[in-house]
Amino acid sequence: MDPQQMLFAETHEWVAIEEQGDSKVATIGVSQFAVEQLDGVVYVELPRVGEQVAAGASFGEVESVKAVSNLYCPVDGEVVEVNESLKDSPALMSDDPYGQGWVAKVKLSSDAALGKLLDKAAYDKQCGESQ
Amino acid sequence: MRNRQATQLLFELSKPGRRAAVIPPSDVLTDEPLESLLPSEALATEELALPEVAEGDVVRHYTNLSTLNMSVDTHFYPLGSCTMKYNPKRNERLAGLGGVVDLHPYQPESTLQGMLRLLYELQGILAEISGLPAVSLQPAAGAHGELTALMAAAAYFAERGEKRTKVLTPDSAHGTNPASATMAGFQAITIRSAADGSVDLDDLASKLDDQVAVVMITNPNTLGLFDKGISEIAKRVHAVGGFVYLDGANMNAILGVTRPGDLGADMMHFNPHKTFSGPHGGGGPGAGPICVNEALGPYLPSPMVVREGDAYRLDYDRPRSIGRVRSFFGNVGVLVRAYCYILSHGPAGLRKVSEQAVLNANYLLARVKHILPVPHGDKCMHEFVASAERLKATRGITAMDIAKRLLDYGFHAPTVYFPLTVPEALMVEPTETESKETLDAFCEALFRITEEDADLVHSAPTTTAVRRPDELTAARKPIVKWNHSGG
Amino acid sequence: MALGAEATKLETITESCHSGERARLMAYFMNTPEDEQAMLAAIGVEQIESLFDSIPAELKLSRPLAIPEAMSEIELTAHMQQLAARNLAASNSLCFLGGGAYDHFVPAVVDSLASRGEFYTSYTPYQPEVSQGNLQAMFEYQTLICQLTGMDVSNASLYDGASATIEAVLMCRAVSRREKRVVVVGSLHPEYRQVLETYLVPLGCEVVVVEPSGETVDVPAVAAQLNAETACLVVQHPNFFGCLEDVSALSAACREQGVLVVQVFDPTSLGVLKRPADLGADVAVAEGQCLGNPLQFGGPYLGILACKESFMRRMPGRIAGQTVSGTDRRCWVLTLQTREQHIRRDKATSNVCTNQGLFALRASIYLALMGKQGMRELGESCLRKAHHAQRQLVAAGWERRSDAPFFKEFVVRDPSRQIAERIQAGIEQGVLVGVDLGRWWPELSDSLLIAVTEKRTRSDIDRLVDVLALKAVGV
Repeated sequence: MDPQQMLFAETHEWVAIEEQGDSKVATIGVSQFAVEQLDGVVYVELPRVGEQVAAGASFGEVESVKAVSNLYCPVDGEVVEVNESLKDSPALMSDDPYGQGWVAKVKLSSDAALGKLLDKAAYDKQCGESQ
Repeated sequence: MRNRQATQLLFELSKPGRRAAVIPPSDVLTDEPLESLLPSEALATEELALPEVAEGDVVRHYTNLSTLNMSVDTHFYPLGSCTMKYNPKRNERLAGLGGVVDLHPYQPESTLQGMLRLLYELQGILAEISGLPAVSLQPAAGAHGELTALMAAAAYFAERGEKRTKVLTPDSAHGTNPASATMAGFQAITIRSAADGSVDLDDLASKLDDQVAVVMITNPNTLGLFDKGISEIAKRVHAVGGFVYLDGANMNAILGVTRPGDLGADMMHFNPHKTFSGPHGGGGPGAGPICVNEALGPYLPSPMVVREGDAYRLDYDRPRSIGRVRSFFGNVGVLVRAYCYILSHGPAGLRKVSEQAVLNANYLLARVKHILPVPHGDKCMHEFVASAERLKATRGITAMDIAKRLLDYGFHAPTVYFPLTVPEALMVEPTETESKETLDAFCEALFRITEEDADLVHSAPTTTAVRRPDELTAARKPIVKWNHSGG
Repeated sequence: MALGAEATKLETITESCHSGERARLMAYFMNTPEDEQAMLAAIGVEQIESLFDSIPAELKLSRPLAIPEAMSEIELTAHMQQLAARNLAASNSLCFLGGGAYDHFVPAVVDSLASRGEFYTSYTPYQPEVSQGNLQAMFEYQTLICQLTGMDVSNASLYDGASATIEAVLMCRAVSRREKRVVVVGSLHPEYRQVLETYLVPLGCEVVVVEPSGETVDVPAVAAQLNAETACLVVQHPNFFGCLEDVSALSAACREQGVLVVQVFDPTSLGVLKRPADLGADVAVAEGQCLGNPLQFGGPYLGILACKESFMRRMPGRIAGQTVSGTDRRCWVLTLQTREQHIRRDKATSNVCTNQGLFALRASIYLALMGKQGMRELGESCLRKAHHAQRQLVAAGWERRSDAPFFKEFVVRDPSRQIAERIQAGIEQGVLVGVDLGRWWPELSDSLLIAVTEKRTRSDIDRLVDVLALKAVGV
């Protein structure tokens, strides 16, 4: 997937929206910038399929050797799929954050939260400032 | 010259048919099949998978393993906040006397009068050192003491019908503080440190209300500084009806100089394995006796030792007690060593412990601050937190690099990256049982490291049995036991 | 609460000593007066007292601590010997006491190796490069506990059997997301049960106790209490009365309701009895004192906790893991640290930090010495001797409370109800005859819990029977 087409949360999650029939499904992952800060992902606590999630709420965790970070869901909706391969290969998140390292797919219940997300340029600017 | 078998696992040394301990055959009921004593469905159907090794194997194996450790007996061990002082050998011998170590917890009290007297005296001694009158020796470690005291506070408020849901802990506190608060059923809320590392009184004020049960303070704090605001903090916490908990991890700085109770604390724990020289045992045992004010006393765990005339007994009749936090009396072996240590020092000696610990720490600080700045001032108590931030910026040498390179020079590393509020933190606690010569040698090593080739420092340690193990792989694909297939 | 006042009234142990002379006795300090002067000069202060200037004067203690004066090693040794002489040591008597702490034999090798300074004066292996000895020993301990119990993973120790039990329950609550209800079989060690209640009740978690009928619990009575809200069942086997519970049947009942099973086991039984994993336990916990650790009046002991692999990231406490150093050299580190309080703080799986490293080491050395054959012999020896003692006592007029099968411990009832006198008669003859169950259950104040370890011989048991013979106190 092309990060240029993605939306980003200030908390470093990325979102790629796909139309599926008459609904929208958001694929969610963690930005390359955030993954690099973590210095090696060792474990990802995934959300549960079927779970209702609200934008801004914690729905998982990413662990490095000596840190834990919450994953905040950037959208509202229902978890329809999670990336099971992260269970055995958490390194996928470090190696390919915008591809095989995706975390979950959420079927949107509303578009409301999308307006608060940043585009790639705005997100890069935020990261630049935080360094 | 290292014995190569040394790092083989017990399981790899195992050979069928080899053995060490032999239990003599029973001299009773020898001929009865087990099935006549127990139902056959309860009996094991296969042998245990334990290794088969000879006594000589075991002795050589563990003796060789021991040589791979740094320890207080072999090395300077300035691990901040852990108080790695000398562990007196006399304490080991005295705690090992048959009449001390071979006591069953359910022996009749008439057969325990010496032990009960010792524990009774220790209760009184800890009350005097803490300035808090009621003592429970039951908790098994400092974190366990925190939890026990918080439970006592919860019971106190529950009995009064007060609903208090919050415990405040500073951002520089040990992780056990917020973790204990959660386990006791409270919500843990963080208070910020001010620039000088003390509790930010404004932030405290903004979070303090009648929902707050306890405010947990470490004083001297984890930066090794005495927080002068303690009386003011206590006044404010008491004004909203809450209690002040003092984390006693740093008591080595203030023995006989000041007392938590006199500072306004309502409850505290001691770490006898730190302050009172209990051996750290490669990660325990510790003990976590707690001292609390009169109001909280009735809620402490049961039993306590009481004295009636010339006799001592265990008092279980404590109707408002929270109950028990562990089985039996407590980590008595550790408490006995603490008792011996305290009696070896007496009042003047205990004060001297803190004087010498503080002198040693300040001397080290004075000697290293020009290369490793100490962000929070020129003086400290029993430990200080230096920062390698400048060194990282100028030479690319981090706190971790310094820690690892110190190992090559034959010193255990300080605590690094704690507290979280200081970048590139190196927390150094020399203790009172080190000499000026040792401290000077440690300084020399630090000076040399800061001048060494950065690549060399990054590649440290080079002289240890292993070098910077791959923690990433260990956490990603945990292998936490040996198995035949190669584990 | 008059303890504070008592402190000042403490018997002055060294009344004859003058405090001025005592300073020379403080053997552990290093700095000479000359060192002190040089150090103060480097710091830039005149006197040590100035280093305490950050403590406001009004907060300082203006008097010496009211504690006993310092004692030299000679004096302290004499003092401790006097205190020790006022106790009856198990090693100076015949000890038939049990109830979670046992007088098993400790081979000399355990004391010898565990007292090496490199083990006992080191700390938690924060620097793996200089802690490989401790880390490998932890890894071996974890493996030995898995071999003993049949479970998948073990942590590196907790405080004692009771704290391991409550930690197991807290873990089951988190894993199952059933926070409100726990069922406990009432034949659990009464102090463990008290610990569960101390921790769980304030958290709003109900502790439902199913009392045994006789000396063991009825499976249907337990099954009736299990439901979809229940996080776990806690069952001790062999139970506090020494008797065998039907853990397999209890586990099966738990499975039906998705309830997890925590078994409190006796490590010395596993050469003879099925392992917790064989009985369907999800978590196996135990008091490890029996594995080479001294009685020392109740602690420090060793909390053992092992469980299924799927719970690994919810386990409390330290865990050592294998990894590599450099290219491929096998070595060990602390791992899965994000579970722990120093990283996850208020969301940690437990607040435990310092655990019982030295006692886990002792247990490892013990298990290595015993091996599979030694553990089998140990279990059989305890089993046979306990049964012999029980038969002899019954022949002497004591009564069993049920005919439940037992391992190394059993309950007998004195029809004449003179337990206190019998315990006293035992003390006078150097025999610690058993634990008075009236301590916890007033209705059992006519009963003794008697444990028989491999150390006891036929003639020791004869002495016990002799002391406890009902005629001895004039029945």
